[in-house]
Amino acid sequence: MSESTAKPKGLTKGLLTANAVFVYLFFYAPIALLVVFSFSDNRNVGTWGGFTLGWYRDFLDNEPIQGAIWVSLKVAFASTVVSVVLGTMAALALERFRFRGQRVFDALLYLPIIIPDVTMAVMMLLFFSQALDLIDTVFGVQYAKGLTTIIVSHIAFCISFVSIVVRARLAGMDERLEEAAMDLYATRWKTFRHITLPLIAPGVAGGALLALTLSLDDVVVTQFVAGPGSTTLPVYVFGLIRRGVTPLINSVSVVMLAASILLVLFSLVLQRRGGGSVTASAE
Amino acid sequence: MTDTAQSETALDAPSEVPAVGIHGITKRFGDVVAVDDITLNIADGEFFALLGPSGCGKTTTLRMIAGLEFPTEGSLQIFGQEVGTLPPNKRPVNTVFQNYALFPHLNINDNVGFGLKMQKVPKRDISSRVEEALAMVRLTHMGMRKPTQLSGGQQQRIALARALVNRPKVLLLDEPLGALDLKLRQEMQGELKSLQRELGITFVFVTHDQEEALTMSDRIAVMDRGQLLQVDPPEAIYERPVNRFVADFIGQTNLLEGTVQDRSTVCLLNGARIPLETGLEPGTQVAVILRPERATIGLRSDTAVGRSSVDGVVKSITYLGNAIVYHVGLDWMELEVREENRPDAHRLDVGDEVTVSWDDRAVAVVSE
Amino acid sequence: MTVLDSPSSAPPPESVGLPVEDADVATPEFERAAERAASRRGFLIALPAYAYLVLFFAIPLVIVMVYSFGTRNRFGDTELANWNLDAYRKLTEPLVRDIFFRSLWLAILTTVICLVIAYPFAYFLATRTPTVRNVMLVFVMIPFWSNFLVRNFAWRVILGTDGPFSRTTQALGLGESRILFTPTAVVLGLVYGFLPFMILPLYAAIERIDLGLVEASRDLYASGWQTFRRVLLPLSMPGVIAGSILVFIPSLGAYVTPEILGGAKTTLMGSYIVTQFLTARNWPVGASLSFTLTVIMLFATILYFRKGGRTL
Repeated sequence: MSESTAKPKGLTKGLLTANAVFVYLFFYAPIALLVVFSFSDNRNVGTWGGFTLGWYRDFLDNEPIQGAIWVSLKVAFASTVVSVVLGTMAALALERFRFRGQRVFDALLYLPIIIPDVTMAVMMLLFFSQALDLIDTVFGVQYAKGLTTIIVSHIAFCISFVSIVVRARLAGMDERLEEAAMDLYATRWKTFRHITLPLIAPGVAGGALLALTLSLDDVVVTQFVAGPGSTTLPVYVFGLIRRGVTPLINSVSVVMLAASILLVLFSLVLQRRGGGSVTASAE
Repeated sequence: MTDTAQSETALDAPSEVPAVGIHGITKRFGDVVAVDDITLNIADGEFFALLGPSGCGKTTTLRMIAGLEFPTEGSLQIFGQEVGTLPPNKRPVNTVFQNYALFPHLNINDNVGFGLKMQKVPKRDISSRVEEALAMVRLTHMGMRKPTQLSGGQQQRIALARALVNRPKVLLLDEPLGALDLKLRQEMQGELKSLQRELGITFVFVTHDQEEALTMSDRIAVMDRGQLLQVDPPEAIYERPVNRFVADFIGQTNLLEGTVQDRSTVCLLNGARIPLETGLEPGTQVAVILRPERATIGLRSDTAVGRSSVDGVVKSITYLGNAIVYHVGLDWMELEVREENRPDAHRLDVGDEVTVSWDDRAVAVVSE
Repeated sequence: MTVLDSPSSAPPPESVGLPVEDADVATPEFERAAERAASRRGFLIALPAYAYLVLFFAIPLVIVMVYSFGTRNRFGDTELANWNLDAYRKLTEPLVRDIFFRSLWLAILTTVICLVIAYPFAYFLATRTPTVRNVMLVFVMIPFWSNFLVRNFAWRVILGTDGPFSRTTQALGLGESRILFTPTAVVLGLVYGFLPFMILPLYAAIERIDLGLVEASRDLYASGWQTFRRVLLPLSMPGVIAGSILVFIPSLGAYVTPEILGGAKTTLMGSYIVTQFLTARNWPVGASLSFTLTVIMLFATILYFRKGGRTL
């Protein structure tokens, strides 16, 4: 990319720079304000009233919230593990093989991404209503909505995202390397284990990060398929928000924020070691 | 069939059984016939080239020997054992890929030792053999580096080491020198040749560069559009090409069209009669192959005995440094004449009327 | 002096030697069988994910469609016996039509605003040096990855009548801020949430353009605006389309943002659908709405792929 006339100059440059600054301010100001007010000693969230850590203490003491955190983590962990395995396998099948029904599979894999989460929530709710009834009729077992239904639903939409990221990485990988491995006496499995897998690892990690984030963030789907005693943090907080804004919610939010940011930075560090870029593999 | 080919020293007599035996091999990709019923034998210890333009099937043939493709039909044998339907990891053959295909996430030691590791060779033996292989290509201190840290020429040598460390019975090379610049390529050509002589292993390499094939090979197989045209040592390919395509593909050539007049004469298009024994039926369409360096050029003069000639006008001159090429316009075609740039060489100009002559024994004839 | 000597050890293990028995001669049948085996392997590898999606995605989608043909009985349960289009007729009611068009309008507005803000930003980004670019990208990604709920909540706090925004407007003599619980707040929230979705594809598309073309255009006396209109815009169109779809679709089906920032007065499709299930207990209507929404989104996506979009 050359430097001269393509680079904006003068008034255009000024406007573009101002726009860029505005965008960053727009992004970070709300977050910054939120953080600031979480330390404000005032029942009114948007008002400053002196520095305090009280709301964080409340956060730590709040049992329902701590319970919800625990549920979120369990759900996210399970969903991520399963969707990463299934998503990676799907990516491999689509990129390296040709089989009947491949086009249908490809299309099916894309659907969860374009479907709005409201529809997804409705789908899973109706499905579980029927399915749980069926299980009751056939097996006489009364299964209730809960952790399992949440995890099953999360996996359903995470697989697609993981597969997209891994596919991108696979497509960019030189297939000759796999041929070279076979030429050097590796079996198909060994080729995968020693050559393919290490080379797509950044993609798999990116997919895992995406799945983790999607699961931790989800509100609507979880709300519809959760049962009593199995609320995740976002659903619980969402409920709190609708009842009114409190400083407690603020501190919980900041904690959630910090967690996401830490996750991103953590993955960035991993990427730097693996020699990729966050935008490339995690998009 | 006993395995007599490989032993500890390279000085044993080569086996009688061909290292690679290809019989009636065809490869079809849907409707496209990439390789059309070829049969050839590559002898033990040969430096063999598969030569041809893009799409001629040479790479496909190589891949079938390697096992990266299965033939559609035919028999493929390594030292007498049928291997055509075996996967690549079961054949005693290794490949040096066109862009080296070094594993970017492994260091050089692990790259070179990969094949050994896959064969479950004990660790101690792996490190000593890797060291040997690196010494063979003169890159002993690069073990801990990653492939991206090496230059193109170094990567190529590592690819070579990675293949040879496994002591394959046949080494395959897919356009190994294509990505290198001219000087480096010439250097590597010499190195590959001496390495092969030292090891005594059969080398089969694919190239579209006929000069490379002529320089390095013991025998060349010329292919075009899936078919095998000629398999011969370089000299025979150059001096006695089997058809127009081979004549034209190898080196520069002038093709003088004509017809067989009788047992010892060929009549060119301009009516000139050339004394040539073709052994072909009178009336057969032929082309006389006149290599530019075999022709002599000079101002109009009479022809000496034992030489034939045509008259023309100098159309353009190309100065190559070590040679001068004259493009001479005849009535019905253009000729190229190449003279070495010696102090006593003729200095002709564009527009000069000249006679191009040649020794009657210095030409060949093809009918196809 | 050969490299293959290893006099110190026992005869070196012969590398993969010749096969013990002859393999088969190649035939077209063998070739076909090998291809079939590879195909089978691929299918088996795809099977777990395939089966999972059929069971937990395709079937649920079908169930939604089935429910949309059902009827709500007096008790709020759904009767699936007699299929009818009653639930779809509900879509023609003025209330629902209003909600739909309001959602459509807000989604379009959000998309356009995102485009207007993101394009200059993406161009600016693409013309920085690689190091600056990477840093800038990371700082765009961080809000993108942080929790969506929290980002909406932040605006709820800011736009509140006692919040910093209101205080600022009061200080400026503009009176209390009444933005919260209006469509404006919702659009603000949606733009805030989905701007990165517009920036990234735009940036990717612009970055791919050979900026020598921009130079050439300047060289041929085009003004900045003309260069933009005739060179940049057409060449970055795939990015524009990708970004627009990535913003439009979630905006149309948004639920969380309107709930937090929109209040009761601004009902959008997302909220309306949810109420059918949680309060109104009219599952067939909820199903028909969800299904309709999905069909619209599918249309939009197919359009995107027709226009030559690649991966999302």
